[in-house]
Amino acid sequence: MRPHTGWVSFRSACGVVLLLARATPAPAQEAHVGNRTGHAKAGKPLYQRYCVGCHGQDGDGNGENAAWIDPKPRDFTTPVFKCRSTPTGTLPTDADLFNAVTRGFVTTNMPPWRPLTEQNRVDLVAFIKTFSKRWQTAKPGAPLTVPPEPVLTIQGILHGRELYQRMECWKCHGPAGHGDGPSAHDLTDNKDNPIRPYDFRSGTRFMCGETNQDLYRIFMTGLDGSPMPSFADQLKPADGWDLVHFLRTLQPLQTREAAIWREWVATHGSELKPIGPEGGGR
Amino acid sequence: MVKRFLKSAAPLAMMLCAAMTAPSGGTAARTYNEAYVHYSTLIPAFARKYNLPCSACHTAWPELNAFGQAFKDRGYQLGNDRDSPIWQAPAYWPISMRTTPQIHAENTTHQPIDPAPSEKTITQTGVDLSGVDFLLLGTLYKNITFGLVPTLDADGTTGLEAAFVRFDNLGSSPWANIKVGKFELDNLLSEKRFTWLSNNGGFLYAYHYQPAGSVDNYVFGLGDNQIGAEFAGHSINSYTRYSVAVLTPDDGEPGLPSGNSVDAMVSLSQAFQMGGGLGPPRIGVFGYLGHRPTTFDSVGGAPIPGTGSAFKSFTRVGATAQVWFGNLELIPLVSHASDDAALGGSTQKPEWNTTLLEAHYVATPRLLVQGRYELLRMSKQADPATPKTFGDVDALALGVRAYPFMFSRAGMAIHAEFAMTGTTGMAPLSGDGSGVDAYDPATKIWSRSLFLGFDFAF
Repeated sequence: MRPHTGWVSFRSACGVVLLLARATPAPAQEAHVGNRTGHAKAGKPLYQRYCVGCHGQDGDGNGENAAWIDPKPRDFTTPVFKCRSTPTGTLPTDADLFNAVTRGFVTTNMPPWRPLTEQNRVDLVAFIKTFSKRWQTAKPGAPLTVPPEPVLTIQGILHGRELYQRMECWKCHGPAGHGDGPSAHDLTDNKDNPIRPYDFRSGTRFMCGETNQDLYRIFMTGLDGSPMPSFADQLKPADGWDLVHFLRTLQPLQTREAAIWREWVATHGSELKPIGPEGGGR
Repeated sequence: MVKRFLKSAAPLAMMLCAAMTAPSGGTAARTYNEAYVHYSTLIPAFARKYNLPCSACHTAWPELNAFGQAFKDRGYQLGNDRDSPIWQAPAYWPISMRTTPQIHAENTTHQPIDPAPSEKTITQTGVDLSGVDFLLLGTLYKNITFGLVPTLDADGTTGLEAAFVRFDNLGSSPWANIKVGKFELDNLLSEKRFTWLSNNGGFLYAYHYQPAGSVDNYVFGLGDNQIGAEFAGHSINSYTRYSVAVLTPDDGEPGLPSGNSVDAMVSLSQAFQMGGGLGPPRIGVFGYLGHRPTTFDSVGGAPIPGTGSAFKSFTRVGATAQVWFGNLELIPLVSHASDDAALGGSTQKPEWNTTLLEAHYVATPRLLVQGRYELLRMSKQADPATPKTFGDVDALALGVRAYPFMFSRAGMAIHAEFAMTGTTGMAPLSGDGSGVDAYDPATKIWSRSLFLGFDFAF
């Protein structure tokens, strides 16, 4: 009797495939933002339409335009994200990704995609999560709670200036916040691409938002994948807010912080020590 | 080398020379065809500037999607604080060109020929060319935008389709923007960005119809670019939009040929966060109040441009929508139009209504299947003796656009289209045939277009 080797082999192969399929967790096909549920299947054609030119067919940031873009598009396969509400080293929440798609990244090629419907954006988030298996094995970190903003005072701004000196923010961002500190030219991101520190003159918004809460969150979560670390272990909440208030004075905007600062500097400016290697901050 | 350069520069030189010698002003009558030679605004220069594929701003180019509409509303700015030209490489030049080599066949029935009252079906077939649009649009500075669209017709005639400057986000508010110059009206169904190219499919009766008997110096097309100033605004995502335009009564002709009066256009629209289609559903309304002179001062019997008086009014009002069911987009439009009796050239105000439904199935960013049906019915003729159905229109268009590639440097579409228009008694506005009304005002004239074109832009 002739053994049914072909049939047996076929059945075995099917079994192996089925076992492998069962051993592999189901891919992250959904995203949840508010009361909306995004589906990767719906997000795929949207990604092809809007995102593939920069982020690439495989989500690795190597789209056909990537060579011409600076800073480089995000690599979704890693998956490391700058703008999060979650602690450094953890995955962002779906809402973080949704907000990033909605807001875009000022001073980069990533525009705000706000004109897309919310459902479209949630679907895109669901699809972006299919590029890395980490979404199947790990959960997003717990979102950071931003404490209430204290009353704005000149003492707080001055303390923030001291922190800017003491924590050596100036080494990258420069003494005046122009992104021209002594380390600025040697910085690279997690893919060894040159990266420049934020120039507080350059944009009306920050990379991850435009409110004081957004800026506070950046200190505490850090911008993963960039040289900007998390200061969650070094900064007390009050210190964080003082730093926020000082950094607001570096922007070319008519902020309350800038008004208080200008008034104080007009009469006490000579008391200030310069920021930098020789400075003391105050 | 020199020969090659001269050869390639010849069209541009011809255009410049013609522009320098073109007469200014004048009220010379235009055929409908002249008004519709230049179709669209697809601007790969923006794609090159921002490294975005065509599909980011267009459902299927040249039709804008919600993101592209918001980009336009912001003054062709992405809003990432990198819009001013200082952020582009100095070699960047904000220019695109678009044209469509094509094979087409036109067939029009009941065309009067000599000797009267003979008539026949006229058919024209062959390889042909569209005009060329030179699309220069971009920012002069952050929040200061310009647009300049010189055009070159296939027969060498030049034109200036658009020329404007726009001041964006006045007072840092998206609700306040002002544009001055010659520009497309803020029509919700844009004829400059629509996806029809054939003679019969390539324009909308709702935007261009004028009834039989209209006086010679009354020329108007809601789809024509107009000269004036537009104050417009929008919400941050452009879901809410408005525009108010004050325009010269010249249908976009430079040189103020008509006289001292103004036209006005208002449009409002609202989109909604609903559904999971390719874009948000939107509804909108529009209204146009225009004026045209009925008399001119004259010399030697010839009217003197700019001396028009006894202005009479005409109106166009309508409503439209944009609805998405997945990848299927439906665009209905209804409108009502009326002219003063003096503009109609007879004793009573002509009035008519138009309804159309356009459907796009955007299978992928690189494949569009589309259809449109438009219906126009005269509700009142200027001359009571004219048959009530004279000038009624039924227009159908079907088409496919396939884009062999889609990226951020250039665009190309292989465009196939069949369109047919039936007009009662009146010569079809497609420009096909003899352009003369049928002998019998009750005759249904059918004009058909079959079109295969290679629509490219760089």
